[in-house]
Amino acid sequence: MTFIPKPKIAHPSLPRNELGLTRRDYEGSLSTLCAGCGHDSITAAITEACWGISIRPENLVKLSGIGCSSKTTAYFVNGGHGFNSVHGRMPSIAMGANAANRNLHYIGISGDGDSLSIGLGQFCHAIRRNVNMLYIIENNGVYGLTKGQFSASADVGTKAKKGEVNQQPPIDPVLLAMNLGAGFVARSFSGDKAQLVPLIQAGLNYPGFALIDVLSPCVTFNDHEGSTKSYAYTREHYEPIVEADFVPKQREIVTDYAAGEAITVTLHDGNRVNLRKLASDYDPTEARAAYDYVQQHIEKGEYLTGLLHCRATSDNEFHVANRTPLQALNALPYAKLSPGSGQLRRLLARYR
Amino acid sequence: MSRVNDFVIKIATVNGTGSASANTLLMKSIFRSGIPVMGKNYFPSNIQGLPTWYEIRVSKAGYVARSGQVDLMVCMNAETYARDIREVATGGYLIYDSTWPRPALLRREDVTVLGVPLARMCNENFKGVRTRILMKNICYAGVLAALLDLDVAKIRELLAETYAKKPALVDANMQAIELGYNYAKEHFDCPLPLRVTPMDQTADHIMIDGNTAAALGCIYAGATVAAWYPITPSTSLMDAFKSFADKTRIDPETGAANFAFIQAEDELAAIGMVLGANWNGARAFTATSGPGVSLMSEFLGLAYYAEVPAVLFDVQRVGPSTGMPTRTQQCDLLAAAYASHGDTKHVCLYPANPEECFYMAAQAFDLAERLQTPVMVMLDLDIGMNDWMCRDLVWDDAYQPDRGKVLDKEALSKIEKFHRYVDKDEDGITYRTFPGVDPKGAYFTRGSGHTQFGTYTEDSAEYQLVLDRLTRKFATAKRLLPKPVLQGDGKARAAIVSLGSCDGAIREALDVLDNRGIHLDYLRVRAFPFSEEVEQFLAAHELVYVVEQNRDAQFRSLLTLETRIDKARLRSLLHYSGLPVSSAFIVDGVLADLAEGQRAVSGVLS
Repeated sequence: MTFIPKPKIAHPSLPRNELGLTRRDYEGSLSTLCAGCGHDSITAAITEACWGISIRPENLVKLSGIGCSSKTTAYFVNGGHGFNSVHGRMPSIAMGANAANRNLHYIGISGDGDSLSIGLGQFCHAIRRNVNMLYIIENNGVYGLTKGQFSASADVGTKAKKGEVNQQPPIDPVLLAMNLGAGFVARSFSGDKAQLVPLIQAGLNYPGFALIDVLSPCVTFNDHEGSTKSYAYTREHYEPIVEADFVPKQREIVTDYAAGEAITVTLHDGNRVNLRKLASDYDPTEARAAYDYVQQHIEKGEYLTGLLHCRATSDNEFHVANRTPLQALNALPYAKLSPGSGQLRRLLARYR
Repeated sequence: MSRVNDFVIKIATVNGTGSASANTLLMKSIFRSGIPVMGKNYFPSNIQGLPTWYEIRVSKAGYVARSGQVDLMVCMNAETYARDIREVATGGYLIYDSTWPRPALLRREDVTVLGVPLARMCNENFKGVRTRILMKNICYAGVLAALLDLDVAKIRELLAETYAKKPALVDANMQAIELGYNYAKEHFDCPLPLRVTPMDQTADHIMIDGNTAAALGCIYAGATVAAWYPITPSTSLMDAFKSFADKTRIDPETGAANFAFIQAEDELAAIGMVLGANWNGARAFTATSGPGVSLMSEFLGLAYYAEVPAVLFDVQRVGPSTGMPTRTQQCDLLAAAYASHGDTKHVCLYPANPEECFYMAAQAFDLAERLQTPVMVMLDLDIGMNDWMCRDLVWDDAYQPDRGKVLDKEALSKIEKFHRYVDKDEDGITYRTFPGVDPKGAYFTRGSGHTQFGTYTEDSAEYQLVLDRLTRKFATAKRLLPKPVLQGDGKARAAIVSLGSCDGAIREALDVLDNRGIHLDYLRVRAFPFSEEVEQFLAAHELVYVVEQNRDAQFRSLLTLETRIDKARLRSLLHYSGLPVSSAFIVDGVLADLAEGQRAVSGVLS
């Protein structure tokens, strides 16, 4: 049996958030992934992020497809509903769920196989539709559950465990998302929790589609020499370019950034994202420049990380574009939905 | 024999020439004269330039199916002239455009051929190529008005309604009507023996297609999320929903749209969105056709196993594969009933006409939520896209949606722990919760093996417990689904069993056979899984003709798989040409089978 509930015991001295909840209240079942899996670090970061910004557990909807990454939605925030759907189709479930109730937080967890191969179409169209959700790709360059085949994010020249060398060019989710017009595009590394937690907090509050591509090494099938997605290789080649802090509107901004380095992006609801540029020639608010900059570094073999692109407004968010009411569609009383028998007679007049 | 209010007109035109307005005008004017009428459109999968036909049956007896013969053919398409003239019944009429000479080899001595210089008259009276082509069609409607004694005032009235915002068009169209009308009056002996005379049989009736009626049903069911990928012949269902929603669902104060209409990137995404929305507590649906059902299968299996409600309209078209997208069949019966891998089964409803589409559409949402499973409403192109005369649709304002077993915050507060798949009521249906209500109600929805508590499992006993409970749920479903409709006293030794759009043709065939002394019972099945009534009906008859519109006897297969019937007693009458089944096909089929087998039952049949 691979379902292991965690004991629910909280020490009285554990810190509590604004809802009076401890970090334990944001945990899920015990992970059944391999010891040392990068995905577990991401799960820990999500737990920390949700606790930190006091999301009500029941207001977090967790969605996933199929694969190692998709299993992780069971490992955090047990108080939120989870939906582990079919391979590569999580974005459509997310779209439908979000259409039904716009007033919840939606987090989709996917992998490079789930999003960039079988689910590439749905991934792209979720961005085009600008579904208000945080979409995390736990990117390790291989298929884990089927034992080590290359995924579509594997770099040219990277070596599989058994020695095979990948020849096909990778699909980069960050460049793809920028190209499709996503307003919040980030890359991070499972081993950099300090960077990841505020990114998750900002992504959950971004009023539109937010992507975080998290490099997350597979300790079992892709952590050997010759792999470009191993812990060692990633640590050596990843380069934080812009640091982000999520600041809820009620909190004061306290920064120690040098003038000219920091940009504050204020979201529509008053929440803010502080961006601290680590390279002076980089402007993360300008999609086209960001795209070119990131691509140039990829060509040099460098993984730039951080909030690579962020726009304050996301005007074409699905519900805005469709003029749905502020109240969730699933909460509209039937009286508002039925036109009534009198209106039926009028509607049918042209069929007589 | 009098042919007053009892004949068939077929009009052969080229698609994209605007003939649809002329044909609708003709049919509607007959309907408005109180005479039962049927209109069927046989159109190509094409935008412009290919042959298309429209068949109007005037039936004082109220028969709504094809009769199987054509009494008056209007040949507006030179390319199909040869096959069109062959189709006319002996003693029938043929009208053609005599602007150009007609090849002599296509003569028929037993058919009265009437030439009208439609193109010449329109060229002389109208300006512009497009106008001349459009008016040529309206002009043949004028010819028919004179020949059939149609009420010209009714035609004007219909034109005035159609062009309420462009009055100039009413006059132009009336001019074309009069050109044809006057020419016919002057040159032919009007009216023909085939003609209409007013009746009072269409009060409280409408002419509507099933896709429109189903879309209205979704509006009245309170559906708020519609996700779809365009596919013929289901597209007009979604178009109609959007149009009705734009009229009835815009908040007068805020301008907000109380619905979400999502054109998906493919059918896989469309059904995914429907599942996501239903799972999250909104009533959501999609409409598709056979190829879409194939693509949706994986998600349908998930919905079955994870117990997520969904409503899907399958407007069936001719298969296999792309098949003939603009022709009708009932060929997805098996694909729908067992869509997806593994042990899966789905609730299917089989409406027979647009009226039933309306009510079954609304009922489908109640059933989907009550049973927490997908419900597929199986229309076909004939029901979905053709205008059928049916009784006025009415709505009971006392209706409240049946959301099924949902625990709200208050209900959750009264229980110690929530378990998603525990069968508390022993009817196979368990309780569900929605996100955003209470952390106590949270559960994990998955298509992987799960226990009755919703947790992942690979344990045989725990897995089987859930699977066996699903079997019990489908036993409960049998009791909740629409009952079959019996015609006859149930005591005949032979019978017909059928479903969906075969109904009209069967009812007429039963009358014809009855007049010949052959009495059959008839059961129209309206839902799958089959109820006990279906079992009993099959058991009570020595010989049962299974009438359906596909090659492989899919309905018969379902009956043999899902009931105790000895399959030797089920004899198939299979119609799969792509045209709607006619009453003549069924009469001929039954008679041929009886003659061939010299059946022992013939004693009771006579």
